Amino acid sequence: MTLTLTLTVNGERREVPLDDARPTLLDVLRERIGLTGTKKGCDRGQCGACTVLVDGRRMNACLTLAMSVDGAEITTIEGLAENGALHPVQAAFVENDAFQCGFCTPGQIMSAVGLIAEGEAGDDPERIREGMSGNLCRCAAYPGIAKAVADAQKRLADNERKSA
Amino acid sequence: MNLFDYVRPTSVAEAVTAAASADAAYLAGGTNLLDLMKGGVRHPGRLVDITKLPGLDAVETLADGSIRIGALVKNADLARDPTLLAAAPAVAEALLSGASAQLRNAASVGGNVMQRTRCAYFYDPESACNRREPGSGCDARGGDTRGQAILGWSDACIATHPSDFCVPLAALDAVVEVAGVDGSRDLAFDALHNLPGDDPSDETALRPGELITAIRLPAEVRRFAPNARYLKVRERTSYAFALVSAAAALDIADGVVSEARLTLGAVAAKPWRAHAAETALVGRPVTAETAREAAEAALADARPSGDNADKIVLATRVLARAITLAAAGTPERMPALPGSVFAAVPAQTATGAIHG
Repeated sequence: MTLTLTLTVNGERREVPLDDARPTLLDVLRERIGLTGTKKGCDRGQCGACTVLVDGRRMNACLTLAMSVDGAEITTIEGLAENGALHPVQAAFVENDAFQCGFCTPGQIMSAVGLIAEGEAGDDPERIREGMSGNLCRCAAYPGIAKAVADAQKRLADNERKSA
Repeated sequence: MNLFDYVRPTSVAEAVTAAASADAAYLAGGTNLLDLMKGGVRHPGRLVDITKLPGLDAVETLADGSIRIGALVKNADLARDPTLLAAAPAVAEALLSGASAQLRNAASVGGNVMQRTRCAYFYDPESACNRREPGSGCDARGGDTRGQAILGWSDACIATHPSDFCVPLAALDAVVEVAGVDGSRDLAFDALHNLPGDDPSDETALRPGELITAIRLPAEVRRFAPNARYLKVRERTSYAFALVSAAAALDIADGVVSEARLTLGAVAAKPWRAHAAETALVGRPVTAETAREAAEAALADARPSGDNADKIVLATRVLARAITLAAAGTPERMPALPGSVFAAVPAQTATGAIHG
């Protein structure tokens, strides 16, 4: 059985032949497309290191069977920066020292982008922490992460106001 | 993960036909199924991917006022749906207290209801488990029983149902719409999950190959909307399964409870509707005392399945507090920590007495 998986990854259309339907979205991104920014932590949906956007919504790529999102638009950490300029969430993570070892960071940033798009947390630290609870950081950089998300949220809202 | 046949039907009729073989499994969000397959707990020979089935992803109000939730509606979308929030806020609070934002974006309504127990012995293929492998025994007995049942358990199995969403659904008399090769039927939500009895592997009232297509909430659930809460105790602030949870929905007239809907979660193999507690509350005002008496009635038949007698005390307190919170009124905005015991307590109940 050969299957063809079609994805648009960071704006680029990809056709990936699969021997069978077992690969997860995470394995396809890392092993077949070569985008290793998305990390494999627990591989069981418990740590959030594999967070990507599927049609604009944050999801755990490790628990997503690739064929089940056939035709979807995927955004990974590699797709955030534009023309060499960091995405506001990436910049806020740098400015707020929101990491130590950095392994969970791509997942944290993708989750933060998803959270901000959901538009429900605002700058309420408790809502931000709850909204980011699906992303573990074993270095415990949580204070910096929560601050970075609040900063990025404010920056994006300001940008929107300016362009409105 | 084992090799499996993968099919993607385009209609419910095609799906139920494709799932007719004994080792087929439906795939929606996959958040539980893939985890079980990676762990070697489940080995389906065929996955029937229902994610592209049309017509199952809407929340609609039917002519009789009931609310029909398509089985493929994502947990996150349902929790934000204005119709649901207005009619059954405790359902939204329960949904948002469960899992993480990423998982709620993937997990479907039908999949949440059909998720398997998180009993560690069920998840470990090396352990004896009558639920996973009938007749093999139960290593949970005499093992770590903190997460295990205190109601409705049997010698064969002491596992609990992990869903938050199911707890208010049971309280609100939800109806499950099911499709099979022989047609469609309705099932009372309370009749969906089985207690373990002698054969805990027989987990639901669904026949082999049957597919949940929708869940309906009766029109009358709106009566409870002003006084409906979900409360959940877990081992960390967020992103953990319940040790004990409770849904409380009250219809209060002139300061007196005219009808109560009370269900406990994570205490049995199914959401545990507490009819005795409901009866105990009717005709009385909600006070610290009446809430505690009702909660004690709910746990009257509870017995530890191991070293977990503390859960009986915990469940009594959680239900009493859920009743008190519901009586204080549904919050206008979803709390920052939905369902959490750490969420701010309304001023009129902040006496300490709510802990029973």
